Amino acid sequence: MTVLLRILHYAALAAFLAFALFPLFWLLKVSVTPDDLLYSEGVRPWPSRMTLDNYLSVLRHTQFPLYFRNSLIVSSATALFSTAAASAAGYGFSRFRYPGKSWVAGLLLVSQMFPLVIIVAPIFRILAPLGLTNSLAGLVVVYTALNTPFAAFLMQSFFEAIPKDLEEAALIDGATRFQALRQVILPLTLPALAATGGFVFTAAWSELLFALMLNSRASVTTFPSGLLSFVSKFSVDFGQMMAAGVLALLPVCAFFFLIQRALIQGLTAGAVKG
Amino acid sequence: MAAITLTRLRKSFEAVPVLRGIDLSIEDGAFVVLVGPSGCGKSTLLRLIAGLEEPTSGEIHIDGRRVDGLAPKDRDLAMVFQSYALYPHMTVRENMSFALKQRRLAPDRIKGAVEDAAAKLGLTELLERKPAALSGGQRQRVAMGRAIVRQPKAFLFDEPLSNLDARLREQMRYEIKKLHCDLGATSIYVTHDQIEAMTMADRIVAMKDGVAQQIGPPAELYDDPANLFVAGFIGSPAMNFLAATLALEGRMATVTMQGVALAQTPAPAGVAAGGGVMVGLRPERMAIVSPGSGVAARVDLVEPTGLGQVVHLRVADQRLKLFTTDRRGLAVGEAVGLSFHPSDVLLFHPESGERLRTAVVTTP
Amino acid sequence: MSGRVLALAVEPYLYAAPSVLLIAAVMLVPLITGLSYAFHDIILLDPLSGDFVGLDHFRDLLEDDSFWTALVNTAIWTGVSVILQFGLGLVLALLLNRPLPGRRLVQALVFLPWAVPGFLSGLTWAWLFNPVIGPLPHWLHALGIMASADNILSDPHLALLGPIVANVWWGIPFFAITLIAALQSIPRDIYEAASLDGAGPWLQFRRITLPLLAPTIVITVLLRTVWVANFAELIVVMTKGGPADATQTLASYIFTLAFQRLDFGYASAVSAVLMLLLLAYAGAVMALRRALLEPR
Repeated sequence: MTVLLRILHYAALAAFLAFALFPLFWLLKVSVTPDDLLYSEGVRPWPSRMTLDNYLSVLRHTQFPLYFRNSLIVSSATALFSTAAASAAGYGFSRFRYPGKSWVAGLLLVSQMFPLVIIVAPIFRILAPLGLTNSLAGLVVVYTALNTPFAAFLMQSFFEAIPKDLEEAALIDGATRFQALRQVILPLTLPALAATGGFVFTAAWSELLFALMLNSRASVTTFPSGLLSFVSKFSVDFGQMMAAGVLALLPVCAFFFLIQRALIQGLTAGAVKG
Repeated sequence: MAAITLTRLRKSFEAVPVLRGIDLSIEDGAFVVLVGPSGCGKSTLLRLIAGLEEPTSGEIHIDGRRVDGLAPKDRDLAMVFQSYALYPHMTVRENMSFALKQRRLAPDRIKGAVEDAAAKLGLTELLERKPAALSGGQRQRVAMGRAIVRQPKAFLFDEPLSNLDARLREQMRYEIKKLHCDLGATSIYVTHDQIEAMTMADRIVAMKDGVAQQIGPPAELYDDPANLFVAGFIGSPAMNFLAATLALEGRMATVTMQGVALAQTPAPAGVAAGGGVMVGLRPERMAIVSPGSGVAARVDLVEPTGLGQVVHLRVADQRLKLFTTDRRGLAVGEAVGLSFHPSDVLLFHPESGERLRTAVVTTP
Repeated sequence: MSGRVLALAVEPYLYAAPSVLLIAAVMLVPLITGLSYAFHDIILLDPLSGDFVGLDHFRDLLEDDSFWTALVNTAIWTGVSVILQFGLGLVLALLLNRPLPGRRLVQALVFLPWAVPGFLSGLTWAWLFNPVIGPLPHWLHALGIMASADNILSDPHLALLGPIVANVWWGIPFFAITLIAALQSIPRDIYEAASLDGAGPWLQFRRITLPLLAPTIVITVLLRTVWVANFAELIVVMTKGGPADATQTLASYIFTLAFQRLDFGYASAVSAVLMLLLLAYAGAVMALRRALLEPR
């Protein structure tokens, strides 16, 4: 009986794995398919002739490396700022009870409730006179604002897992609360910071709408909008686009691969303290 | 080391009063225990002294200096937490050095102070370990070491032994008290365990519902409790309480319980003749005598404790516990006599619970 | 000495301040501005537009067939996506909650879809569903599920399934991660006690797991529903709302109005309606949650 259950267990997991990985595999497959075989061999699980031409072409003959670099800068900066702001807010939610706390929480919740399209134009209007359109800094500002609410929710969860009397011991030992936070609490939340930072990095990395609308100059284009340029220029150069996609996925997948355990651990711990 | 004075201290959390006016003065070098059931406000009081909360009203003075309104770091107090609150990512040495580093002491002075304190507590071999690699008792000692190293004006203990098993608790009680004798440090100790209070305190503050019910040396709370709460809280097994009536005859009163005369005592002030009264009798203050003498009683259950036995009795309709070191065999249902000295009969007001003290007999 | 009391009272606000200020400036203020467009005639690139038109857009909205189609599609899109994401996410979480060899690797791999940018997964799935260049129509045909190897994205009756599948693929990890964390926080001895009492796995699931997971489930589902309802990228990338509005949801309709018809005024009006619906939904869920927690 249990053997049967075990087999079912593994089979179900295998099915999930297949479902999860198949599109990624297909992405990879298309990226190594030569252009001439693209349509004729579309359905084959693997091209009869493999090529790395798409990758070479993307790396050498397009501005993709530049887009990649821009995305890296924007995503890293966003992850940094967002995690910092979210840690402060999350710490505040975890440790204090204060009037207006539910308003702050409500504000963060409402900010997730509307289609972002509606604020694209107003944001453009606000950022343009500040010189923040067509800039990486402008994207960082917007992305940080977009991601901080969920990041704060994550950090709050992580902080709940740390006993409050650690700070109190530090306060009595002669530290101010901020010193206690820096010297005692933060070292304990390094996995949490990594997980939240990774989460924000992933979100910022994938963002398309504002990247497209706020930046039109090639020098400040990020890779998502850069990827769409493969669509218009060569009437959908799928091979190159998928190669660019695979390249762009590498850092994010690697990152996510590493942090997802810390993410679960942190969410679990927070839930236990609840 | 310093004297600590609390004046009319009150604390409410969002309109819920937790401390309703505490006045206490602690001499330099005294070991004072705050004891009471959960919710009585003892931990809150400790936290107010530590500076982790600010009072709603009232004053706190340490060494003559007013400290309410000062951050914890400015009060020069050390605290030992129930959960030890050791910094998990630091070694024992770093844990103990933390406070001195905050004060920017010279590294060799810090090293000296830490090693001295470690030696006093038997922690020298453990200095380079992290808290996760220590046992409960060892962690407790590190928590104390962290406090000692600072040579603060006073030590605060927040139920430090609650997380230890019974054997370890006994041992740590001894070590804490010994340390207090060695260092002569003013200490305020919070616990819900009345045994800790009785064995360790110079003075006990028995608290309930945010009010200090009685303040005094352990013997005083044991012999002369101020009300029902203190009488029932201090002493183990707990005091027996019986509902009875008082019949007055001149300056003497007869305490009767369901027709059974219990004792004759000098009449207490403050109760009407024929009025109800609560009688308190300590289990260890009674003895078993042959039936026919003393108060008639019947054995209900016997609990041997090695040292002696706890005998559960029925007197009329009510149940009583008696503790005796006399280990003779007693059968369930056996009729016995109960004897006690009238001065061991404590009287309490049936509604307020206040202790009814006998009026001072003056020769006319 | 109320100086310290004041400092203590202000402290929490200092911690919340950076986030609050940033979000208020970058999201709230533009939101209010954006909502105000709903009451003006704003066609981008038309310098003559910008007049106040009151509730005109809202009146147009009521008579706009595309709007109503989009509303229905939004309900289907959101409902089906979230139910499937949640259901499959829960199954995955339960499967991963038991010990098995190589679990860490399996877990990390099965969560990868979350890392893929939305539009990229949209493109990939569009590709997969395209019979000219993708395998799925042929496999579905071979399995007998489809009559002939067609592109479901061109079929008005089936088109919405395409983005839904892509959305589910992308969203399962989110639920799985959150639910695993919640599952792991249930103390083991509750299950042991239940086993001793004679409860089998299904009963344990119904009587222990589900009720204890309920608070997490409610919040997570709420967040995801709102998020999915607002999510236009997949649809825009895969079908552009077609064929003939079959896959147009309110979110993608707003996108189309804003960036193809350049009618920002009307787009804002539709956005306002969507936002109101979502706020009402959120309010209802929170009220339900409070009501459920009360009798305890």
